[in-house]
Amino acid sequence: MRFVDEYRDGAAIAALAARIAARATRPWTLMEVCGGQTHAIVRHGLDALLPAGLTLVHGPGCPVCVTPLAVLDQAHALAARADVTFCTFADMLRVPGSTTDLYTVKARGGDVRLVNSPLEAVALAAAQPDREVVLFAIGFETTAPANAMAVAQAAARGLTNFSLLCAQVRVPPAMTRLLEAPDNRVQGFLAAGHVCAVMGRAEYDAIAARYHVPIVITGFEPLDILDGIARCIEQLEDGRAMVENAYPRVVADDGNAHARRLMEEIFEVRAQTWRGLGDIAASGLALKPAYARFDAVRRFGVAAGAAAEPGECRSGDVLAGRLAPTRCPAFGTRCTPEHPLGATMVSGEGACAAYYRYRAAATT
Amino acid sequence: MNDTVACPLPRDDTDCVTLAHGGGGALMQRLVREVFAAAFGNDARHDGARVDSGGRPLVTTTDAFVVKPLFFPGGDIGALAVHGTVNDLAMCGARPLALTASFVIEEGFAVADLRRIAASMARAARAAGVAIVSGDTKVVERGHGDGVYITTSGIGALDHGLDIHPRAIAPGDAVLLSGDIGRHGTAVMVARENLHTATPISSDQGNLWPAVAALLAAGIEVHCLRDLTRGGLATAMVELARDGGWGIGMEETAVAVEPTVAALCELFGLDPLYVANEGRFVAVVPDGQATAALAVLRETAAAASLLGHVSAVPDGRVRLRTRYGTTRHVALLSGAQLPRIC
Repeated sequence: MRFVDEYRDGAAIAALAARIAARATRPWTLMEVCGGQTHAIVRHGLDALLPAGLTLVHGPGCPVCVTPLAVLDQAHALAARADVTFCTFADMLRVPGSTTDLYTVKARGGDVRLVNSPLEAVALAAAQPDREVVLFAIGFETTAPANAMAVAQAAARGLTNFSLLCAQVRVPPAMTRLLEAPDNRVQGFLAAGHVCAVMGRAEYDAIAARYHVPIVITGFEPLDILDGIARCIEQLEDGRAMVENAYPRVVADDGNAHARRLMEEIFEVRAQTWRGLGDIAASGLALKPAYARFDAVRRFGVAAGAAAEPGECRSGDVLAGRLAPTRCPAFGTRCTPEHPLGATMVSGEGACAAYYRYRAAATT
Repeated sequence: MNDTVACPLPRDDTDCVTLAHGGGGALMQRLVREVFAAAFGNDARHDGARVDSGGRPLVTTTDAFVVKPLFFPGGDIGALAVHGTVNDLAMCGARPLALTASFVIEEGFAVADLRRIAASMARAARAAGVAIVSGDTKVVERGHGDGVYITTSGIGALDHGLDIHPRAIAPGDAVLLSGDIGRHGTAVMVARENLHTATPISSDQGNLWPAVAALLAAGIEVHCLRDLTRGGLATAMVELARDGGWGIGMEETAVAVEPTVAALCELFGLDPLYVANEGRFVAVVPDGQATAALAVLRETAAAASLLGHVSAVPDGRVRLRTRYGTTRHVALLSGAQLPRIC
């Protein structure tokens, strides 16, 4: 398969691993931002190819993981309404809220539909004018343009029965939050390639300069990830701190201007709560006032309740790199993918779930 | 893992069956163990069961078939219903003798489609040398079924003295894979989602008994067989390791996936190891006979491979050596595999 096989080539990967081992003279701690990268690292065992002093911290870039419990509860309340067709990406189905999950809401009669594209939800709204269609709009800057497109199309078609439950998040404020923590350990970042494909590098140039931290825009195949690590290590060893684009086959320096214009037309920046990390200023997107009629929270009056996380969950420490998933006392016992206690176990791309699946597989 | 010791949470806090229970993963296995195996008091470790008839032992099995769409590239629910049960018999090393079939049909279902399905079943049964000897038909109200559901049961004869069962798996055994994986699941997905691929994908659904019969005829002392169905190769391997009690090592490079299947899995974020198959199996055989057994399997499918070996570690876990030489565990999925957001 072109654009895949050449980035999974065993010999090229062995050569890069040797280059990393040769360049790293000191212990370094890097964070891969995106859950897709975490998944690839753990699935292919790439961290086992790295020198002993090099630590990878698994970042907060899993949209399923960081969606707050209160928003999940809103989603479940909306999906249970008799007048609502609730559209979601598939991996939100089994994420538990305070009392239930979308699988169970569906089993009890809720009209929950899986969509692969937000535009399918718009088509559903047009096809069934007597029902309310709500789209669960979660994700990073990768999903925001398509969700914005759904709103733009619904507006253009004059649909009055379409709305968004919006929990969109932005990556740069979360990176800043981690860097400003007094006990921050992260010395270099592998930035999320697909987020940068939309946003470009400008936001990251500012972070690299301000915090003097190397940021390498990195893809998702094994060779991409090792390449990102190698470039990050080379910068650290040389005392440099800049943005490098190691994913130029997908990421243009100025991103995708068309997608950004659409996002900016529909959404505005707001504060957002991240599961595991808490409130982060300017880290979310909300519908602009001109599109407020598409806001499901407003339309149905589902206020966010005071949902409390299980006290034992330490996903905040995992997300900040202070705790390895397998070092958590609840890991694999009181906290499993079937009974997740918090953010990093709820999705396959969460660090704890990836470790559970590939490192500490239970037999039942 | 002993749930009651390791997990102080309620063992299952859902009070109704969800679609996740149908995925062939950990949730379904728990449901079967805690509801059916608990009530019937039987051993749920194999695809069929041996029944003592006073003379030669017989094997029985049963399987229900629900698939959307009913017709897909490479097959349909009728052929699937025949082959699925024939294959479960074959996995016990049993020569299929006879099948029964029952149909739950939704009000409004086209008789022409029913004829097409029946003809397909007849064709598959004839080719497999097995008769469909009795059946039952029920009709449910519109909206209470998905067109048609078919359940087939089968009986088969054991013509050999082997104990083909997870308990026969022994350290050092070779594990063979009978061909490329992931075709049925992706073919059905392509049909269901109306996708178009440059190279068509055809389901691998088919009769596994000829390949098993050839192994037995070649004198292979088969220890265990398992067909790859809903949960894919990974789930079959986890079950064999768990039920046999030994660790199993498998090589990522030994797993063949057709390029179009691999590409679709990439697009949807699916792992081919967990994608459904309906015409592939793994065979656990003595290591000394691995080469001979592989030659037999390659007469049916050129992509058949030596997947790995049973280890002497009695932990019932599956370890996969990646193409980069690193090792990871292979686990059951919780429920069905789902496309990812990004």
